[in-house]
Amino acid sequence: MRRVAILVVAAIVIAIGVFAWRTFARGPLAFAGGSTVALADYHEANPTGVPVGLAKADIVKRGEYLAKAADCMVCHTAQGGAEYAGGLAFPLPFGTLYSTNITADKDTGIGNYSDQEFLDAVRRGIRKDGARLYPAMPYTSYAFMTDADVLAIKAYLLSRPSVHRENQRDTLQFPFNQRWSMIFWSLVFNPNTRFAPNTEKSAEWNRGAYIAEALAHCGDCHTPRNLAFALDNRRKFAGAVAAGWRAYDITSDKGTGIGSWSDEEVFAYLAKGHAMGRGTASGPMGEAVDHSFSQMDPADIRALVAYLRSVPAVASSAPATIAPPAPASPKEGGAISDALGRKVFAQACVSCHSWTGVSALSPFATISGNRAVNDPTATNVAQIVVSGTRRLAPGAMSMPAFGSTYTDAEIAAVANYVTGRFGGAASKLTAKDVADLRGQTAR
Amino acid sequence: MTSTRAALSRRIVLQSGLAGGLVLAFQWPLRAAPVNEPEQAPDHPDGQFAPNAFIRIDNAGKTTLVIPQAEMGQGVYTAIAMILAEELDADFAQVVIKHAPASDKLYANPLFGIQVTGNSNSIRSFWDKLREAGAASRAMLIAAAAAQWQVDAASCSASNGKVTHAASNRTLTFGELADAAAKLPVPDKPKLKEPKDFTLIGKPLKRHDTPDKSDGKTIYGIDAMVPDMKFATLAQCPVLGGKVKHVDDSAAKKVPGVRQVVVLGDIVAVVGDHMWAAWQGLDALKVIWDEGPNAKISSADIWNDLRAASKKDGVVAKSEGDIDKGLTQGERFDADYELPLLAHATMEPMNCTVRLTPGTCEIWTGTQVQSRAQEYAAKAAGLPIDKVTVYNHYLGGGFGRRLEPDMVESAVRVAKEVSTPVKVVWTREEDMQHDVYRPLYRDTISASLSNGKIVAWKYKVTGSSVLARWLPPAFQKGIDGDAVDSAVDMPYDIPNKRVDYVRAEPPGVTTGFWRGVGPNNNVFAIESFMDELARKANMDPVAFRLGMLDGTPRLKAALKLVAEKSGWGSPLPARVGRGVCAQPSFGSFIATVVEAEVDDAGGVHLRRITSAVDTGIAVNPDTIVAQLQGGLIFGLTAALWGEVTIEKGHVQQSNFNNYRMLRIDETPPIDVHVIKSAEHPGGIGETGATAGPPALRNAIYAATGVPLRRLPIDRAAIAVKKA
Amino acid sequence: MPFTISVNGASHNVDVDGDTPLLWVLRDVLGMTGTKYGCGIAQCGACTVHVDGNPVRSCLLPVAAVRDRAITTIEGVGATDAGAKVQKAWLDLEVIQCGYCQSGQIMSAAALLAKNPHPDDGDINAAMAGNICRCGTYVRIREAIKSAAGDGERRPS
Ligand code: FES
Ligand code: FES
Repeated sequence: MRRVAILVVAAIVIAIGVFAWRTFARGPLAFAGGSTVALADYHEANPTGVPVGLAKADIVKRGEYLAKAADCMVCHTAQGGAEYAGGLAFPLPFGTLYSTNITADKDTGIGNYSDQEFLDAVRRGIRKDGARLYPAMPYTSYAFMTDADVLAIKAYLLSRPSVHRENQRDTLQFPFNQRWSMIFWSLVFNPNTRFAPNTEKSAEWNRGAYIAEALAHCGDCHTPRNLAFALDNRRKFAGAVAAGWRAYDITSDKGTGIGSWSDEEVFAYLAKGHAMGRGTASGPMGEAVDHSFSQMDPADIRALVAYLRSVPAVASSAPATIAPPAPASPKEGGAISDALGRKVFAQACVSCHSWTGVSALSPFATISGNRAVNDPTATNVAQIVVSGTRRLAPGAMSMPAFGSTYTDAEIAAVANYVTGRFGGAASKLTAKDVADLRGQTAR
Repeated sequence: MTSTRAALSRRIVLQSGLAGGLVLAFQWPLRAAPVNEPEQAPDHPDGQFAPNAFIRIDNAGKTTLVIPQAEMGQGVYTAIAMILAEELDADFAQVVIKHAPASDKLYANPLFGIQVTGNSNSIRSFWDKLREAGAASRAMLIAAAAAQWQVDAASCSASNGKVTHAASNRTLTFGELADAAAKLPVPDKPKLKEPKDFTLIGKPLKRHDTPDKSDGKTIYGIDAMVPDMKFATLAQCPVLGGKVKHVDDSAAKKVPGVRQVVVLGDIVAVVGDHMWAAWQGLDALKVIWDEGPNAKISSADIWNDLRAASKKDGVVAKSEGDIDKGLTQGERFDADYELPLLAHATMEPMNCTVRLTPGTCEIWTGTQVQSRAQEYAAKAAGLPIDKVTVYNHYLGGGFGRRLEPDMVESAVRVAKEVSTPVKVVWTREEDMQHDVYRPLYRDTISASLSNGKIVAWKYKVTGSSVLARWLPPAFQKGIDGDAVDSAVDMPYDIPNKRVDYVRAEPPGVTTGFWRGVGPNNNVFAIESFMDELARKANMDPVAFRLGMLDGTPRLKAALKLVAEKSGWGSPLPARVGRGVCAQPSFGSFIATVVEAEVDDAGGVHLRRITSAVDTGIAVNPDTIVAQLQGGLIFGLTAALWGEVTIEKGHVQQSNFNNYRMLRIDETPPIDVHVIKSAEHPGGIGETGATAGPPALRNAIYAATGVPLRRLPIDRAAIAVKKA
Repeated sequence: MPFTISVNGASHNVDVDGDTPLLWVLRDVLGMTGTKYGCGIAQCGACTVHVDGNPVRSCLLPVAAVRDRAITTIEGVGATDAGAKVQKAWLDLEVIQCGYCQSGQIMSAAALLAKNPHPDDGDINAAMAGNICRCGTYVRIREAIKSAAGDGERRPS
């Protein structure tokens, strides 16, 4: 047994090594080229910290803004649980990870963390007790944050009610439960360097870069990962599947990315979770909008848009074409042969989405033209049917969850029907695929 | 028929005060504050011939029938009117129908002793009383005519609202006779018609209430509008017994159209210019609840409690022969069956409109218990009962939910805080999460089988007693007569029988009557186990039952008929099966066959349903058919998907997206065959709900060989197992 | 803010928030209570009205979206050909029980027949599956639609 253990771990270390040289050189900002300077030597507007409006606010207020921008709460809050008290489960193929309690509680939270210990946890993935964190915690991104910003977040967390909640044990199988092996991982994949402004880019771009890379950690979902679970920045923002949801290509690719979106559309999508004709943010992105982007200063969102625009186009596997609206009659159009899918659609979906996919009720309910229905994997369509969408913005429309009464077979069928009718090609989900997707969702 | 009925319905409209509704619908421009005032004015018999609580005839001949029971779709307004008009010999096309006011004295259900519509007994319990009321009135009208003509009453006859003396060919209308008849004594044993002489009863007459329901004129409780009314919606603590801890209404008050936020111990309500404003306000309200001890309770705990309780000895509800000896004869089999909590989900959500003045309280609602609603309103308003007026309405579904006046009580409590009249409407979510739920049950049965016959049958019912809460005097010696109703009245000839009852109240849940009531559970367990025993005996399920039905010939006949009509025994494709259910419930004898297919994923598809029913005298055969069709769908909906679950005290289901309903595209043809009968009328409203689930369960058993012991159907259990 | 909406051919000025669903404007502001609330999430169909002849769930239809579009409700649908046929068939076959869902059922059926005078079972399913009837009148709804279309073999009673 022991011997096997050593062999497996060795294998991993080697694997990591192999990817290291390939990936190491390529940081998330490498694409921008040009020359960078240390923050201290940068004389444009400060790309880090909080918006000008908050500059004079006390550290807790600033920390609150930054904590929201870094979207700490969503992952560190269990469904129906106390905010920041942890316990959200991340099911992985080799076991389940649980987010931890980061409230001020001294025994179960971060109440006893010194400033240095907190900095190390957030930026190096090293817990107070010395144990290594798995990269599910995006410390490779947070490493870009300044000391001031990380400590402002700490101040905010400590200012909140402390909640006593014991952290669950992760259930990873051997060898993945060998936290120490993450030492090598970090060595290779976490250079742990602060954000360095790019002198050949505008101040707005640098602010956007700081928000995207240091705080919002967009890449952790939108950039594909290599076998060692590290971000493959050669295909930066080209889209990936995370926690059972597809994070789409957000490069400037005109076809599969957001290159053809107007700045207003990208802005609206981030700020409100919806861009007319582009779709509604759902699942993890919906949460990011609700708890992070929608709370940000519009100037920061604009900076983020400016930054996203500069990310080089990378075509993803998703189809570049977006299908036009379907015919008004259920008798015509794609996937009409799928009797079960059509039945479920007629029962539960058509009243909002119409046979054309262009809602008679509200643009929020128009699915024709959306990325999700044009994605032949139907990953997000199935997930949305299971768990619905919740938009908090006033006047926005939500969709109820159907996962508890419609069976996996019915959900697979309706997803296949929807992609076939409103997208380019019908997906081929099976009941088992839907069960698997349910299983991968953080809960 | 239709045309006279159209005219007639208009008359009902005006009479019953729907004029407001008409005006609103058709007279433009609308007045500023829409109003549709009392659905029904309080009953003032003065100046009319009113020999009893049900019949009023004025001297213009207008004949008004006051219906003691609530109309919730079951057609009782038409059926009761037919019975009264039959014995009265009124002109049925001309009668006008009125909701009864609240009064146990005048309108108590003879079976319950209070004013209630439920348990499928409107016709059963009122049959004689209504016939006598009609006959007595007719006798008085005839006597008045005879006196005026100075002839022998026996030589006069009545029909279509007139009294005729054939010999002298003289005729007087009921209107002309009303004043004179009013002065005569009411005969106490009037002569009733011979069934063979019925002219209305037994005919599929058109319903009184449907024309106005087809064009939006009918006023339901939720449609009530009174001058200066505001609209409110409320939230009760999501956990039973919890209280409000803290409310932040700053955001709610900013919502356009919100007028007031009302915070009571266990309820918060928002009052606005219309429901949307109130609803938006409620959403914006930040309420922290003190959820109390029930916040610890989840479905798993409730089931554990029930299963533990089912191991206890119960109270003996019935004992025949020697059960212990019997169980040792022949081969013995045992099984347990379980049914979940269910919500009613009436299509019309709970609501009540209230107008308070210093000395009076008026409420507009749709209720199955008029006098109880009055009593609860009085208590909440702090007024004597006679100061409360209940305007009952057509019900957008009852199914037992409106046997509870909780929505009346909370509405009056809210209204006390509001200076104007207020209509309180529950959102669907509130309605589903604050229901009184059909109890969960666990039934344990042991039986012994010897050469194709059951020798002994030991049946224990474990579950909540709705009756003990709802009508305590009826809960005697630890036995809930409703919970064991069809267990005690089991139709099969079995020498040794024993029925036990264990009362087990689920923690953190209030239980209530649900369409099909106790028999729902009994019939599911009995008929499911009958099928399993038939298979043990290697017998056809129908033949197995027929062999033990000599003591219940009416059910035997129904079973034979349904087997014939359903093509019982004819070959079927793979994974398609027929299942049967035979039940003698609510005084009706019904046999049902469901044909269903189970696909490889475990999906269940209904193909065809056939029922044969002997309900005694079928007052309106078309209504009998409609009630069975609807009842079957109600029961099958529950069998396919129905289950309310509780997590930390919170009901998990909230709306139709997670509490699924059978829809038209899943509904198969349903053929109902009504057997001609001269027996006393039986009940019908509940019966379909009771028949559907076991018949479907047995069809699945036939199609897959899997003996499901629990509802709703477990699709994984009946899916094709991939090797 | 004030809106002018046209219901059954008559126009009305209503002063409500633009997000207010048409359902509540009809019921609570105009007092046209024939259109019913059942779920508020477009899952039951009780609130169905016609907008320019198409069946729409008014519980999720913001009033701002229907300015100067022709709204028909159950109170007015009898003035249309299909509506009158459907209402008559509904009474001839005695479809209605409690009736609460039937405004929506009739509006959905009328819209179906107006577009498709002879719907087959598949068409009926597609058009009516969004309307829940808790009383379970589906068998008769199907028969009545066929009878309104002149395709009905009458139920023997
Ligand atoms: S109330 Fe609109 S669909 Fe149910
Ligand atoms: S008739 Fe009652 S809900 Fe349809």
